[in-house]
Amino acid sequence: MAEFTDIWSYLSQGPLLWLTATLVAYGAGDALFRASGRKPYVNPVLIAVVLLGAVLWGTGTSYATYFEGAQFVHFMLGPATVALAVPLYGNLARVRATAVPMLAALVAGSVTAIVSAVGIAWALGVRGETLVSLAPKSATAPVALGISEALGGSPTLTAVLVILTGVTGAIVATPLLNALRVRDWRARGFAVGVAAHGIGTARAFQVNETAGAFAGIGMGLNAFLTALIAPVVIAWLV
Amino acid sequence: MIPALTLLLMCQLAGEVIARGLGLSVPGPVIGMGLIVALFLAMPRVAEAVRPAAAVLLGNLSLLFVPAGVGIVGHLDRLGAQGVAILTAIVVSTVLAMVVGALVFVAVARLVGQQDG
Repeated sequence: MAEFTDIWSYLSQGPLLWLTATLVAYGAGDALFRASGRKPYVNPVLIAVVLLGAVLWGTGTSYATYFEGAQFVHFMLGPATVALAVPLYGNLARVRATAVPMLAALVAGSVTAIVSAVGIAWALGVRGETLVSLAPKSATAPVALGISEALGGSPTLTAVLVILTGVTGAIVATPLLNALRVRDWRARGFAVGVAAHGIGTARAFQVNETAGAFAGIGMGLNAFLTALIAPVVIAWLV
Repeated sequence: MIPALTLLLMCQLAGEVIARGLGLSVPGPVIGMGLIVALFLAMPRVAEAVRPAAAVLLGNLSLLFVPAGVGIVGHLDRLGAQGVAILTAIVVSTVLAMVVGALVFVAVARLVGQQDG
């Protein structure tokens, strides 16, 4: 019978082990999320990242080795971005009906998100690759990673910043918008989608159906706009 | 499922070719998203055909962030040194963007008379 270390050294170099580990870790995170009653701060992605990070650290496995397996999951971000066209197209009638306030809110929210994030971090001494990685953080993850990479940022850092942004948005949305006395569900949802992408959108759907639909539209449109604005802001500030 | 996935990949591929060919900093998949919306407008039947595959992908969207997220293990030193600055930027800018977005939406909707309906 083969030694455990032999089996380990065989498996830990191939894609099978780390692909499986990624799905198991996400399954565990998702189970905790459901068990918590879908609390926004019990984020399945955050849990999976912490679990996998601990396993890599504990077993002395490099990220490059891990990614050999995990790249099959990562690759699907591309087609998933293209697939965002389906909900966008499905809501086109609504987009046309509310086009003017929506476009105004989109431009204002998107510019605010990018300029304030980069500006605040810059004022606090953040420079270079880290600053670039921060610029697209309000866009949905597949798009944000692409923008970060195109501008010379770090896609892996951007991934974490995007998740933190979404979790922040999901937690603050309801108390913040109640305090502002914004009662229009379209405005509430749309602003959440623009500021906090898919994680914010998922939260909006829990609160109100209309808010969720408009959050989805906000997320889709902001994916486009961030890809256009972030390069300008970065060229101007960095 | 397979024809839908093929179409999604073809749009992504066309998007990448356009992005690289024209030297754009817009990610290829985002251009692909624009292309497929145009295709849906021209042929609404295609949108129906892609819908189930898109639902599977988007329904499990958060799983797809995990591999990139794990890359954080390579950035722990940077986050340790600049963690407070980065977190401050994220929290403040997310709150600002949401406040500005919601207030502008309400104000402009009132201005152009598109009240909640």
